[in-house]
Amino acid sequence: MFELLIDYGPRLLDGALMTLKLTFLSVSIAALLSLPLAILRHSGGLAVQLPIRLYVSFFRGTPLLAQLFLLYYGSGQFRPELQQLELWWFFRDPFYCALLTFALNSAAYQLEILRGGLQAVPRGEIEAGIAIGMTPRLLYQKIILPHSYRIAFPALGNEIILMLKGGAIASVITILDLMGNTRRVFSQTFDISVYFWAALIYLLITTGFVLLWRLGEKRLTRHMQHQLNGSQSTTPITATRMEESAHVS
Amino acid sequence: MNKNLRSLALSAMLAIAPVGSALAADNLTLRIGTEGAYPPFNYFSADGQLGGFDVEIGKALCAEMQARCSFVAQDWDGIIPALKAGKYDVIIASMFITEKRKKQVHFTNPYQKAAMTFVVPKDSQQSDFSPEAMAGKTIGAQGSSTQADYLTALYPDSDVRLYPTQDAVNLDLVSGRLDAQVGDMIPMLDWTRGSEDGSCCKLAGEPITDPAFVGEGVGMAVRQEDDALRQKLNKALDTIVANGTYKAINDKFFAINILTLK
Repeated sequence: MFELLIDYGPRLLDGALMTLKLTFLSVSIAALLSLPLAILRHSGGLAVQLPIRLYVSFFRGTPLLAQLFLLYYGSGQFRPELQQLELWWFFRDPFYCALLTFALNSAAYQLEILRGGLQAVPRGEIEAGIAIGMTPRLLYQKIILPHSYRIAFPALGNEIILMLKGGAIASVITILDLMGNTRRVFSQTFDISVYFWAALIYLLITTGFVLLWRLGEKRLTRHMQHQLNGSQSTTPITATRMEESAHVS
Repeated sequence: MNKNLRSLALSAMLAIAPVGSALAADNLTLRIGTEGAYPPFNYFSADGQLGGFDVEIGKALCAEMQARCSFVAQDWDGIIPALKAGKYDVIIASMFITEKRKKQVHFTNPYQKAAMTFVVPKDSQQSDFSPEAMAGKTIGAQGSSTQADYLTALYPDSDVRLYPTQDAVNLDLVSGRLDAQVGDMIPMLDWTRGSEDGSCCKLAGEPITDPAFVGEGVGMAVRQEDDALRQKLNKALDTIVANGTYKAINDKFFAINILTLK
């Protein structure tokens, strides 16, 4: 079991780097996409909301694997058209195809999470902002967005972890991520323990990420620490609720 | 009362047991594992049934052995582990006999001859397929296959891409994501000549017959402890080759005899 790690460990690490790169890039692009979409979905008119709703239902309602196949093999069918548009270099590369699919998928989830955050911002805070004459832009910058992100933060972390693990299917379109390299090593050794090592690496990555995310969460809620320390539970959900009730009362 | 019941149950079991084992001895039941994604050898037909050369050979062998057979479709990557885990008893899926696989399973005598080939788009000018000439080119193959081993071992400077199924490799050669692919000779012959999307492409270069990679040919795989079954299959294979059943099935699918490649 350990000999395998000596022989093939570097390849698994290579794969892990690819997995990190793919996840980091796709959730970052998704984060950039999801913010304006969430605001439009939250406060736009029906004509704006409808296409966003359709987009969200499609990406949340179909399997990620199906989306990946559709984009990868689907784009392959339109090579002449894509070449005319000078887009084929993008769709030719499996990495870009996976990146685009994952980013669109994650953006759909992230925008729904953010919308939840936007809706949960207490009315009173917004009214207070308007009362002291904040412009809408300032209102978003100083009140609505910081508060929404604070509420959405734990759920966003969850989404990133799901993306990291869901990204394992990139290996079916020949990307050598952690799962892809694991499958290759398995096909060369028939040693099932390679899946154990792969699982361990995934676990290490997610554990590291959870710890980092928790630090971020602490920092975001540091103005409420004294309240949290006084209460029995320190889970973020409670933190949010407590804060809301504090504002209501 | 309780005691009576127990002895009744016991005698009933004893009465049934010999009958059960006698049935098993007369009627061999065999579960055959295949991939179902490798036309024309094994595939799902339009009505959802498994068909193809491997499947028909399997059926002919079963008829010869007077065995009751059922087929199980299994993804290629897991096809050997599932055999070892007892999900079926024999793999008939056009699997090359290789040293590496022999450490995992035992093979029957070859029922097809083995060769691999490069396939390129029809407009490709490539004629030299040495690793040096192919450096920097994108070459595809099905993963966990001898082609994959061949490419990963000898073409380190090419961009080697491995796919879960042969259909997927074909799709990407058609779409132009690949400069070339390496596939098994016969399915590639069949694909380029006999199918619409395969007409994009042609076989190229010399057939690859390096025994270090393609081994002795294509065999059926059984668990290492199932030697009796292996011998039964060998005997049945000899019979269907001798009595013309093999040739009849062969001619249904191929223009050449794939046991001799002539």
